[in-house]
Amino acid sequence: MQGEPDPKASEQIAYMSGRRVSYTLDSTLETVNSAEETASRIAAEAGFGDEDITRIAMAVREAAVNAVLHGNAYDPGKKVTLAFERTAVDLVITIRDQGGGLDMSKIPDPLAPENLLKTSGRGIFIIRSFMDEVEIHPSQAGTEIKLTKHVHGSNLDGKEASQ
Amino acid sequence: MTMKTSTRQVNGVTVVDLSGRITLGEGSVVLRDTVRDLLSKGNKKILLNLGEVNYIDSSGIGELVSAFTTVRNQGGDLKLLNLTKKVHDLLQITKLYTVFDVKDDEAKAVKSFS
Repeated sequence: MQGEPDPKASEQIAYMSGRRVSYTLDSTLETVNSAEETASRIAAEAGFGDEDITRIAMAVREAAVNAVLHGNAYDPGKKVTLAFERTAVDLVITIRDQGGGLDMSKIPDPLAPENLLKTSGRGIFIIRSFMDEVEIHPSQAGTEIKLTKHVHGSNLDGKEASQ
Repeated sequence: MTMKTSTRQVNGVTVVDLSGRITLGEGSVVLRDTVRDLLSKGNKKILLNLGEVNYIDSSGIGELVSAFTTVRNQGGDLKLLNLTKKVHDLLQITKLYTVFDVKDDEAKAVKSFS
C-alpha cells in the first residue's frame, strides 16, 4: 500500500518501542498550543493520572512559551525542538530553542514580596513546581530545558492500588 | 478553546462571567480589553467570575495581576469569584491567593464592595 503514513500512528509506534520522539517546530503561538496538546497526549499514554497530565502539559506549555517568545523571539528562521522519551521509570521531555541563551541570573523569585504583583516571571517557577526534575542548560546556541516526571509517582501508585 | 466574557450589573458592581482559557494570546487579550473597556466607562467595581475558567497559564496569571493593579490604581477594586480547583491551586503556589480578594458567594462578594 502506498501513501503517507499516519503521523500519529508513527509517533505511537516510536514511543511504544521506547525510542525518542522529537518534533521541530516554528517559533509561533501555534507551537505553544501544539506542544501542550502533544505533552498531554503522551503523558496520558504513559499512564499518568489527570492531575499529573495537566501539570506536565502546563510545564511543557510554559517551557514552549519561553522558547518561542524569550528564546527565539518569534524569529521565523529559528526553530523549537521538542522531544519526548520514556525510560523505565521516567517521562523525559526536552525543549530546545535557538536564541541567545537564557540568563539565569535575571530570573527573579516570583514569590518575593516585591515581585508578587509583577505581570511576568512565573514560567520557570511553575515548571519547577510541576515537574520532579528540571535542568536548564543555556548556551550561546540556545537554551535547552529538560523536564522529568517519574512514571511511578504517587498518583500512579494510588491508581494501581485501587485496581 | 477561546475565552468568552459577558458582563452584567449587580447593585453597582460589574460582574464579568468568563469561560474558557486565560492563556497567552487571545484569552489574555480578551481579559485585558474587557477590563480596560469597563474602566473607560467608569465601572471600577469589578468582580471576575472564574467559575467556567478551567485553565490559566503564567501569561494569564500576569494578566489577572495587571487587571488587579490597573483597577486599584484608578481607585477601584477587582475581586475574584468561584475559582476552579486548577486555578485555585495555581494561585496558591504562586502566593497570589492572599493578594487577590477571592470569594465563593456572589451575593456576599457584591456586598463586600460597598
